[in-house]
Amino acid sequence: MLAPANLVSAGPNRGVFRRISTQLYQHPKTFLTVLLGPPLIWLGVVYLGSLLMLLVQSFYSIDEFSGMIKYEFTLRTYGELLQPANLDIIVRTVTMAVTVSVFAAIVAFPIAYYMSRYATGKTKALFYLGVMLPLWSSYLVRVYSWKLILAKEGALNWLIEQVHLNWLLDIILATPVIGGPSLSISYIGTFLVFLYIWLPFMILPIQASLERVPKSYLEASSDLGAKPAQTFRTIIFPLALPGVVAGSIFTFSLTLGDYIIPQIIGSSRLFIGQAVYTHQGIAGNIPLAAAFTVIPIVIMAIYLTVAKKLGAFDAL
Amino acid sequence: MKSIRLGKGLMTLIVASFMGSTASAGMLQSVGKGEGQVNIVAWPGYIERGTTDKAFDWVTGFEKSSGCKVNVKTAGTSDEMVALMNEGGFDLVTASGDASLRLIAGKRVQEINTSLVANWSEVDDRLKNAEWHTVGGKHYGTPYQWGSNVLMYNTDTFKTAPTSWNVVFEEMQLPDGKSNKGRVQAFDGPIYIADAALYLMSAKPELGIKDPYELNEDQFKAALDLLRIQRKVVSRYWHDAFVQIDDFTNEGVVASSSWPFQVNIMQGEKKPIASTIPKEGATGWADTTMMHTDAANPNCAYKWMNHSLTAKVQGDLAAWFGSVPANLDACKGNALLGDGGCAKNGLGDFDRISFWRTPVSKCNTQGTCVPYYRWVTSYIAVLGGR
Repeated sequence: MLAPANLVSAGPNRGVFRRISTQLYQHPKTFLTVLLGPPLIWLGVVYLGSLLMLLVQSFYSIDEFSGMIKYEFTLRTYGELLQPANLDIIVRTVTMAVTVSVFAAIVAFPIAYYMSRYATGKTKALFYLGVMLPLWSSYLVRVYSWKLILAKEGALNWLIEQVHLNWLLDIILATPVIGGPSLSISYIGTFLVFLYIWLPFMILPIQASLERVPKSYLEASSDLGAKPAQTFRTIIFPLALPGVVAGSIFTFSLTLGDYIIPQIIGSSRLFIGQAVYTHQGIAGNIPLAAAFTVIPIVIMAIYLTVAKKLGAFDAL
Repeated sequence: MKSIRLGKGLMTLIVASFMGSTASAGMLQSVGKGEGQVNIVAWPGYIERGTTDKAFDWVTGFEKSSGCKVNVKTAGTSDEMVALMNEGGFDLVTASGDASLRLIAGKRVQEINTSLVANWSEVDDRLKNAEWHTVGGKHYGTPYQWGSNVLMYNTDTFKTAPTSWNVVFEEMQLPDGKSNKGRVQAFDGPIYIADAALYLMSAKPELGIKDPYELNEDQFKAALDLLRIQRKVVSRYWHDAFVQIDDFTNEGVVASSSWPFQVNIMQGEKKPIASTIPKEGATGWADTTMMHTDAANPNCAYKWMNHSLTAKVQGDLAAWFGSVPANLDACKGNALLGDGGCAKNGLGDFDRISFWRTPVSKCNTQGTCVPYYRWVTSYIAVLGGR
């Protein structure tokens, strides 16, 4: 233990900051309070407080006749949430979020693998730049340009016509549910744009987790006679899994909350974000909007619990 | 230096707002010296000071002659306008029919003394007592501009203008021999239910719809049924004007309800596009300049209201926005609008337009009607294919 008495008696002519510093050093609890107090207040009051307000709102209901909010506790709004039209919205959004996450992982893994194992020097810098660059330009501009790419008379269709693959596109677009009159007016289009927009958020965590896989493990594996596929299955993938899950937290939650992409690309069927926006912004039906917001919170809570079990937070 | 000036402005604002709250106890009886500024909530493009295009400027001259600096806060939706007016700190708002009645009901705007607005006599007689700003014989604002939602169509597909809205509501063969499936659009706002109701007024008169914004349960259900049929031919609903322009350009869409704004832009690009108001009529919007109950700058506000009704401002704005002036003198001799401008923007269609209003449960034509929030939930269900 130090001798605090000595420090205090070191002289009265020390600067005021010095004295404060000494005080804080001697009272670690005060120090901790001062350091963590403001952010904790922010988190507790502003963040959790508003979240709680939202939760409370969802237990109110809107008056059938006047359209005014009735400030009485009721579960009626949640009942409304279970109507088929609203359940459709939830199922649609969650399905899209899952599909986007799965495909993002499939597309991102090889890229991340190459980045962490083979790319060096300039190539590596180029890869990083390529992954990050889209994030520097406006989200809206990228979505709009995808609308132009996917349009019936857009760039992609032109390319497909040039290589005479129209028949293939027609077959794909004729698929029930996910098809439509053109790529930009179908779930396929919405999916492709989601995939593109969120891909960097999947690549980076996977890459980070792959870099942490020691090279010696792989060498040991091949020394012991494992085939490449076996090494991948038993060593690389399990060790990279936390990264995949971490990336999927991003892609999943971002897809769950987005309301811009499905508005510009797709068949005008609403996603959760759009439903919240419409109920709150246009109709003033804040209780239903709040109830809708609770859904992604619940889904994410479950998802994060599972992700924690899989060790995703070690890879962030 | 900047912060000092800002501080001063804030002080005057605070002082003025105190003074304003006492002064606004009753209607203003005479317009005195200006307070030096006026704060207006307006639609984008409604109050131009020549920054976008030098020719379109109806603010600079007013500021010079009246001594009132014009501060504009633009709002993108009616709800945003209502929210801003509820917050306070503004003198005027250019409110559409759905917002204006809400503002009056919420006592956010005050009755105006029309005798203090010299140009009031110039206002189109059809607008003077319009129900979206006149309640119980009291005027809560001065009309600004109006316009209609039009049926926009591709002239390559339609050699003659379509005569009915049915081209966007029911599956049929278009003049070019192909089905309209996937080639027509509808607006994605719940208020579009009124467009369906308007169509049903003439297509199914037995429903007894008198006003597309006042629907009882049966009429509402019929409108939704029609919209469900429409869902089968509409592949995407439009929301953003520029996305719609893109859909007409790149996506093979040939007919849709639209605004004159999109039509003007595409005609400007020499696209084969025209618009019409079919035999059923159309829905539309009419905006009113309204004054806040606690307006801090009432004198400047009155000066602006008067200025906003002058023929020059009205004509310039109509040319800029593709709308119709409230002062018909603007239709002649305005260089920017041209002599045919008013007719082109729909002057003659006034009686065929059902102006936008918020549907409320207590309605004039039939006692109880379906309120707006149910329009929203039902329309979402229709979009989702239910």
